[in-house]
Amino acid sequence: MKIAVCIKQVPDTEARLRVAKDGRWLDEDDLKYRTNESDEHAIEEALQIAAATGGEVIVITLGPDRAKESLRKALALDAARAVHLVDESFQDGDAAATARALAAVIEQEGVDLVLTGSQTDDVGYGATASMLAGRLGWPHAWLVMGLEVEEGGSTAKVTREMESGMNEIFRLQLPAVIEVQAGINHPRYPTLRGIMKAKRKPMATPTPADLGLDASEVGLAGSRLEIVDVAFPDTGAGAQLIEGDAAAAAAALVEKLQKEARVL
Amino acid sequence: MSKTFWAVLQQREGKLHRSSIEAIAAAQQLAEAHGGGRVDAILLGGDNTSELIGEVASYELGAIYAVRDSALDHYTPGAYLGVLVEAVKAGKPDFVVLPHTYQTVDFAPRLAQQTDAAYLPELIGLEQEGGELLYRRPILTGKLQARVRVKGEGTVVVTVQTGAFSADTAKAGSAAEAALPDAGAPTPDRELLGVEQVGGDQVDLSKADVIVAVGRGIGKPENLPPIEELAKVLGADLGASRPVIDNGWLPRDRQIGSSGQTVAPKLYLALGVSGAIQHLVGMKGATCVVSINKDASAPIFNVSSYGIVGDLLEVVPALTEAVRAAKV
Repeated sequence: MKIAVCIKQVPDTEARLRVAKDGRWLDEDDLKYRTNESDEHAIEEALQIAAATGGEVIVITLGPDRAKESLRKALALDAARAVHLVDESFQDGDAAATARALAAVIEQEGVDLVLTGSQTDDVGYGATASMLAGRLGWPHAWLVMGLEVEEGGSTAKVTREMESGMNEIFRLQLPAVIEVQAGINHPRYPTLRGIMKAKRKPMATPTPADLGLDASEVGLAGSRLEIVDVAFPDTGAGAQLIEGDAAAAAAALVEKLQKEARVL
Repeated sequence: MSKTFWAVLQQREGKLHRSSIEAIAAAQQLAEAHGGGRVDAILLGGDNTSELIGEVASYELGAIYAVRDSALDHYTPGAYLGVLVEAVKAGKPDFVVLPHTYQTVDFAPRLAQQTDAAYLPELIGLEQEGGELLYRRPILTGKLQARVRVKGEGTVVVTVQTGAFSADTAKAGSAAEAALPDAGAPTPDRELLGVEQVGGDQVDLSKADVIVAVGRGIGKPENLPPIEELAKVLGADLGASRPVIDNGWLPRDRQIGSSGQTVAPKLYLALGVSGAIQHLVGMKGATCVVSINKDASAPIFNVSSYGIVGDLLEVVPALTEAVRAAKV
């Protein structure tokens, strides 16, 4: 099977985040980046299916120059080649504009399956992949916790999360777009040999024109959503913070829970 | 021309999802922010949904558009899109408003894409600024919020975050059922094989009085024993946020949040839990939330009554001692 994995490099939300001076996005100066968590699981799932069915894995990302680090990491894990939509006109789009660009790549590549994560940890639209499926006219599955390609690759059995601890199990026709959840598998680590090999693997950087698209259809120009500004939430109604060393804070907390909140 | 707003309700197995009324409230508030307009509700489902009309008939709505078809008995994105895409293309509502749930967000982006609508997910607030309406939504797993503008012409598909638009604010009135104009035919796109309860039902946290919940911030499973000790002296059940479960540090039946259990204890002690929105919707019913986290900007503090910014390895044993001392 020929499998495409769509990944995104996102700010590491475990690291310290600061808002940029103009308020429009994060201060990117000392921001740490990583491959979006659920996308890492999509890469692992793709590698396992490719190994079982015989086939290649292509990783695709849309993002600025720094995003090639995420592609290199995926190539080090055994993906065959990469496509980087790095052209300026692709950037800062909403889910619809990004899906338009990705669909053009997928159509050119002619793949049997697209895998990706369920939601990114940055803007978190949670929509790009299902819009991609819509553009391709393929079925999609979101929040996938189990995937089993059946019958020589024409169908797949999918387990998807519902609310309240329920899972739904269904069968889909392939090709399809499958959006996995972190937790579906345990991603492998790259080997030194893999890292060395990755340096020589091809990384294409098509422009909109190369994909038969007009620059006005993609990126911010092709979007109906635009971020005006970002900020930390108003914590006015937030917690009463208890200060002091561990012992003093713990004692003060217990007293408040007994006398103020009356829950102990 | 007066604008139209469609609130798409959610039901499953003939039961109305609680967030459906929040979608009505949000659609009404969007209408107000746009200078008024007509708000209709849409309900898709099988025959068992006819009784649900009564549950929304007491709200201020133009009509309750019902589509009943055996192909809609069980939710599939293909079946829902088959009905709604045609209706939205023909009816051209200005806004389609849906609850932000695991069922709805499965098809809402495609509804937008297939109708050339803008897609605005996870709305949590509306703000007028300089004559322009801005929309607020969480980003970076809830650590920050963005204000966004919607450009261009045409329908906007909006999903509203649970709890952001209270059901209590939905305006009362009366409404009657009508057929959805230009409804398309449901076209199921998958074969449903079954539904399973994850992790069985060994642990029911929904009735727990005290819960000690752990998040990614505990660092590693080796840090669990002192936390279990604290839970013991508090008489608490142990719960966890999703990353802890995904890492295999605790079994899946301990998960609290949108894909896990919904809890309402009188005391909820969150240890190393950052407070992603998917976790918050599972524990917002707690009476008193206490958070301990080394990251002072963790969103969990915004929903907590008390907080300690500090190292769990130091604070947890101290707290165990303090609880023991207080109970003597």
